[in-house]
Amino acid sequence: MAAPSTTGGPGVAKRSLRRGRPRPVDSAVKVLLVAAASVSIATTLGIIVALAEPAVEFFRQVSIVEFLTGTSWTPQFADKHYGVLPLLVATLEVMVIALVIAVPLGLGSAIYLSEYAAPRSRKVLKPILELLAGVPTVVYGFVALAALNPLLRDHVPGLGGLEFQNMLVAGIAMGIMIVPTVASISEDAMSAVPQSLREGAYALASSRMQVATRVVVPAAVSGIVAAVVLGISRAVGETMIVTIAGGLVSNDVDANPLHGAATMTAYIANIAQGDVPVGTLDYNTVFAVGAVLFIFTFALNALSIRMVRRFREVYE
Amino acid sequence: MTASSPTLDRTGTAEQGLALTRRRFRVGEVLFKLALQACFVLCFAVLAALLAWVVVKGWHRLDSRLWTGMPTGRVSRIDRAGVQSAITGTLWVISLTALICLPTGVLSAIYLEEYANRERWYNRMLELNIQNLAGVPSIIFGILGLGIVARQLGLGFSIITAAIVLSLLVLPVVIIATREAIRAVPQSIRQASYALGATKWQTVSRQVLPAAVPGIATGSILALSRAIGEAAPLIMLGAVTYVTFNPDGLLSAYTVLPIQIFSFISEAQSEYQELAAAAIVLLLAIVLLMNSLAIFLRSRFQKRW
Repeated sequence: MAAPSTTGGPGVAKRSLRRGRPRPVDSAVKVLLVAAASVSIATTLGIIVALAEPAVEFFRQVSIVEFLTGTSWTPQFADKHYGVLPLLVATLEVMVIALVIAVPLGLGSAIYLSEYAAPRSRKVLKPILELLAGVPTVVYGFVALAALNPLLRDHVPGLGGLEFQNMLVAGIAMGIMIVPTVASISEDAMSAVPQSLREGAYALASSRMQVATRVVVPAAVSGIVAAVVLGISRAVGETMIVTIAGGLVSNDVDANPLHGAATMTAYIANIAQGDVPVGTLDYNTVFAVGAVLFIFTFALNALSIRMVRRFREVYE
Repeated sequence: MTASSPTLDRTGTAEQGLALTRRRFRVGEVLFKLALQACFVLCFAVLAALLAWVVVKGWHRLDSRLWTGMPTGRVSRIDRAGVQSAITGTLWVISLTALICLPTGVLSAIYLEEYANRERWYNRMLELNIQNLAGVPSIIFGILGLGIVARQLGLGFSIITAAIVLSLLVLPVVIIATREAIRAVPQSIRQASYALGATKWQTVSRQVLPAAVPGIATGSILALSRAIGEAAPLIMLGAVTYVTFNPDGLLSAYTVLPIQIFSFISEAQSEYQELAAAAIVLLLAIVLLMNSLAIFLRSRFQKRW
């Protein structure tokens, strides 16, 4: 218990005031905390190792140029081609349709919540949006496949050619899914815009719409972009909706939204649940596509984190 | 944020009033507000329509068969089929997930908020890493489970593999929510505790954590509700089969509700679609109740210091 470094003097008073006594509980706790915190580092490393090993194996047999530029993806066929573009195009297509739905709805809701809604109605309205985020994606997939698809096919002129699984319906469902993401982050950004900017604009006789569209939205633009980027990342990484309602086969690049096609995630989910033997080239395609997906979403997330940080720095 | 004060309307005289005090009727303004409200109404309508459609679709199967029957792949036995094994599987997997991810998440958050020196590069990296993990697609966690947990660690396609993977998937949610809750506890409470001679850990465990409980609970419930509804990683981890028995241990084969729903959807017959809808009603009831509880806890118990 005694502090060894004390040089003379009456020990009692010095012992308690100078150096901290060794505290075994506190030290043990700290070790435990560091161990818990390193779990997340281990997770990232684990993901990279799990992806890299089979992916490297894959690229030993298929050239990376063919993989990135090939327009035919037929690992299951006799005539095998390993061009990832069909999967990539399907992924981007669903993403664009989802954004067309989610950006106006999410941004509109966010502006309404932040600039128009009374505090009391905001208390009721925001949870509704959050409930929408709580719906499991398998449910969205089922509703898209079994309800939205027949509805559009039978009642909207020009959509009679909708296939059983198709990009349009999957994209719409995904758009609804990411509305809460877009809305809640852009609302945060708009709420962070200082009140003085609004008051300045009102003093110059601006109307409420002018304040919202010409002051608040431009001031919050980096947060709004971050919200959209995060929405894109969600859409690119979402699996169940596209597996159920979007389609499982992408042999060639087919940008027709009325047709079905496999996105990167749908391909992974479809192959990995089957009985593809471990270690084969077919099996390794899952990891090669997974690596592309991981890098893609990683870049989007990094961009989004950076944008969010920017709006926090400016106003907080 | 009041744009114009309505009290002025009544005090101005008629002539001045028109020009200065009366709020002019602007078509653009009104249309803009209506459009914004329409966004909200549309979101609400979608949620309501989705719930109504699922309930109607699954109405005939919403009875005790749902939890007394086992799933079956044979359409001749579909009348007696239910999702009992998926319900017990979900209970097993989620209980284990809670046991693994809540302590890990809360301890990580305590480290980051109370102990970590933010000047150090490794702590900054840790923070960035957690933010990034929060955005990694769930199917990638399935790849992690397949390559590392199931094969390298040799746990196979079992309940414990599923629980570990779901824990890692929702860990960032728990950490981020707990950090916010801890950060909201004012510094003065810590200083008072130190002034009374408490050690760092005594301060954290007896003052900071109790004060942060509502926030931690909200985040934890949201995280677990997400784990309950998550299907993508488990698709890769052997859950897509018709399991006709309840799990009996950590290494048991299993299925969970969202995966069972996915299997039913993949069958062509309409009986399966009805059963899927009924199971979805059950899943939605669980998930939406948990979400509502979390939102309620947050609004009810959140202290404003």
